[in-house]
Amino acid sequence: MSGGHEMQTRNDEFTIARRDLLKGTAALIIAVSVPSIAFRGAEARTATRTLNPAQLDSWLAIAEDGGVTCYWGKMDMGQGVDTAVAQIVAEELDIDVDIVDVVAGDSALCVDQGGASGSSGVNRSGAAFRQAAAEARLVLFETAAEKLEVPIDKLAAADGVIRVNGNTSKSVSYAELVAERLFNAPITWNGRYGNSLTLEGRATPKDPKDYKVVGTSVRRKDIAGKILGTTEFLHDVKVPGMLHGRIVRPGAAGARVKHVDKASVADFPGVQVVVEEDFIGVVAPDEWDAIQAARKLKVEWDTSDIGFPTTSEELHDWIRGAEPGKSAVEDDIGDVDTAIADAARTLTVEYEWPFQSHARMAGAASLADVRDGEVVVWTDSQKPYDTGKGAKALLETPIGNRRRNKPRYSARSIWKPGPGSYGRSDAGDGAMDAVLLSEAIGAPVRVQWMRHEGHAWDPKGPASVITCRAGIDGDGTVTAYHFHTKGFSRSDQNSRENAPSEVLAGHLVGHASSPDWRMQTPAESYRFPNKRYSWDALAPLRIQASPLRTAHFRDPYGPEVHFASESFIDEMAFTTETDPLAFRLARVTDPRDADVLQAAADLAGWEPHATPRRRREANGNFVGQGIAYAQRNGSVNAVVAEVEVDPKTGRVWVRRMFVGADHGLIINPFTLDRTIEGNLLQATSRTLFEEVKFTREMVTTDDWVSYPILEAADAPLEIRIEKINRPELDPRGAGEPTTRVAPPAIANAFFDATGVRLRRVPFTPDRVKAALG
Amino acid sequence: MKKTFTINVDGHDHSVSSEPTMPLLYALRNQLGKKGPRFGCGLAQCGACTVIIDGTAVRSCVMPVVAVKGKVRTLDGLSADGEPHPVQQAFIEEEAGQCEYCIGGWIMTATALLEKNPKASDEEIRDGLAGLKCRCGTHMAILRAIRRAATEMAS
Repeated sequence: MSGGHEMQTRNDEFTIARRDLLKGTAALIIAVSVPSIAFRGAEARTATRTLNPAQLDSWLAIAEDGGVTCYWGKMDMGQGVDTAVAQIVAEELDIDVDIVDVVAGDSALCVDQGGASGSSGVNRSGAAFRQAAAEARLVLFETAAEKLEVPIDKLAAADGVIRVNGNTSKSVSYAELVAERLFNAPITWNGRYGNSLTLEGRATPKDPKDYKVVGTSVRRKDIAGKILGTTEFLHDVKVPGMLHGRIVRPGAAGARVKHVDKASVADFPGVQVVVEEDFIGVVAPDEWDAIQAARKLKVEWDTSDIGFPTTSEELHDWIRGAEPGKSAVEDDIGDVDTAIADAARTLTVEYEWPFQSHARMAGAASLADVRDGEVVVWTDSQKPYDTGKGAKALLETPIGNRRRNKPRYSARSIWKPGPGSYGRSDAGDGAMDAVLLSEAIGAPVRVQWMRHEGHAWDPKGPASVITCRAGIDGDGTVTAYHFHTKGFSRSDQNSRENAPSEVLAGHLVGHASSPDWRMQTPAESYRFPNKRYSWDALAPLRIQASPLRTAHFRDPYGPEVHFASESFIDEMAFTTETDPLAFRLARVTDPRDADVLQAAADLAGWEPHATPRRRREANGNFVGQGIAYAQRNGSVNAVVAEVEVDPKTGRVWVRRMFVGADHGLIINPFTLDRTIEGNLLQATSRTLFEEVKFTREMVTTDDWVSYPILEAADAPLEIRIEKINRPELDPRGAGEPTTRVAPPAIANAFFDATGVRLRRVPFTPDRVKAALG
Repeated sequence: MKKTFTINVDGHDHSVSSEPTMPLLYALRNQLGKKGPRFGCGLAQCGACTVIIDGTAVRSCVMPVVAVKGKVRTLDGLSADGEPHPVQQAFIEEEAGQCEYCIGGWIMTATALLEKNPKASDEEIRDGLAGLKCRCGTHMAILRAIRRAATEMAS
């Protein structure tokens, strides 16, 4: 072990000599919030002890000036989730939210709560902090009762001071009570790291009816620093001796390295070329030199086994004909096949969704320092705990006869904000690139993927063909509904970059990929007499180091599946001459679902209609409204989209959106509105613009021109949101649930406007013009 | 071959050593320590690197250092004496942006636009923002913020 770091890895838990750790690396502490108190929290943790989920001190610290620091094992992607956690803690402790600081995602400081995952930031980690803060309050009250020599039930707290009821002379502050800066109190945990981690204690959290801070629009704690340009992003981190790395990618998927002419970049000062099997990186002290050297490096590629068995143009036919790797029936009520065979009429249609790119604002970046048996990775990955584990595994795991007798490493990962994160993006891949380069060079290396890598080589959302069938009896009643997804698994790459098989660099140095079979079926409460949800999952088009490898992309399979299911609900409604809202309301069985549908419809001024209305504006453009709804992990949302379609240009503009939103208990209405807006606009972008294109050799959409996304001119005029608060429920998460309702609402609005059904995403001008004839 | 250039950034002359064709962005970030202009594409397709040079919004990722003439303003230098620029203030009040990686580009573009024409119409604002990318889809809040800033700056 090196220097002052005493770090042992034991199962998933670090034991750290914290005083030394923090003394040596004070500058590494993440200040998520107000600069004046950001550092205090770190100071409050300088005692030498274990980062142990069963100790209250692992979760919360109170400093001498009363400031409270939360050590949060998730991170915020700009949706104010850290602020929501601060609100929850402030509520339980009866303190001002402004003095609550949140330290996020440093594996040496915060218990692993799974990173950002499945819109679980508020509901799961928030629940843990609610319990931790309630327990802290109880411990403080017990200590105060002893100190003030009064029974605990005579005490009350406000603004961090405990007073005795009816006796103004007796009081003590939280800060005074934890003068040694430690609670030294146990808390019970369920023994499971990650999203599932729960805490229990002796304390009972507040009744939601007494909430004063939770449910109010506290402003995002991180916003000012980011707008003023003072916040340190991942990309701003610099450490002494840091070098700049760039990766050299082949022009064809699967091309292998035959020969690298290192002399071809010898002119660049200090440049070093790293080659391990098919992984090639260039490192230089000057970033511009590294960029140019990576472009100039002469590489001879072996192209004997490259590319894909199909192209983006032929993709959906290829999917139809492909042999499934795994199939399943997830729901099967009644006898769908018999009911459809016996039906007076049947309706069968297919919906197509393309591969889509995470396409973050910047391609992957990371800084890694691999030296003296220790690896430190700075990352913006939303699973930083897995980044550290993955780095260690990549460094230590033999590949055949290679990489044997490598040293063992201790790993630390430090999360910093980056260019958004919507699932398993390229962040984890970029981190492993930096790890390999730093290992080879023996110095800290910062890697930045260039634009073509961020688009062409990042993990993709899966493509699919979804077939929907309905049986309709003589009086127009739908008797049977079959929904069948055939497409690529949503996780060729795991959502966690914790193993060499799950990262691009791992594949390139020779680790075998291990794709997973994961699909999705619609989440709703419709009752049909006969109903079946089934799927066929396909193996990846290319297994190793594929630029089309799939991984979780915001609301994995949610937009794909619900574009189809909620379009088909509309098609069944119109086929049976029923208003699409009425059709839904007659079949949903959960009252929360009916509530959001009605709320969205009311906001939109929904007028019942059983045929498409084909309304036209004075300028000749078509205008229409469409509705869709879906559940997601306990949240439920409905949206009415109003679109304008220009038949001359083929442009579809989503002018207005009206949302009925139920995410359980609302923690912060202001940030919830913005989170919903972000979901809707990103999903609108995916519906109207986004398609990964590829030839038989390579992905060709490798920048913002070839892979356009929604811009300011495409933004709606208005989004109105009716939020239904459910204090009787937990907060259910809002990071993803409104993503899946936008695509079908837009498709349904297009149908109302034009009488034409679009069943293939994206709705590009060419396709729209072709559809309208 | 590296040469020395003098560029004026946020009110100060700075000496920069680079190849003449190196984009301004790398000088700002790696030699002057600026955090506001960010690398997004290196192709002038997203705007995350936007700075203002003599009143015009410029993509610093494709502007060679040798071509830089005039006074460069970055997000880092936009606030005056610790007071946020009205555009920054409006972005804070509206909580515009999510991850905020792209936000400097929107703020600098909007600042150049509104300093020239604080009475810009909604359509002129949308047109003036063409080419800027926001992957988090926060355009609604960004547009609200720019309208708020316009009102403030026109008064």
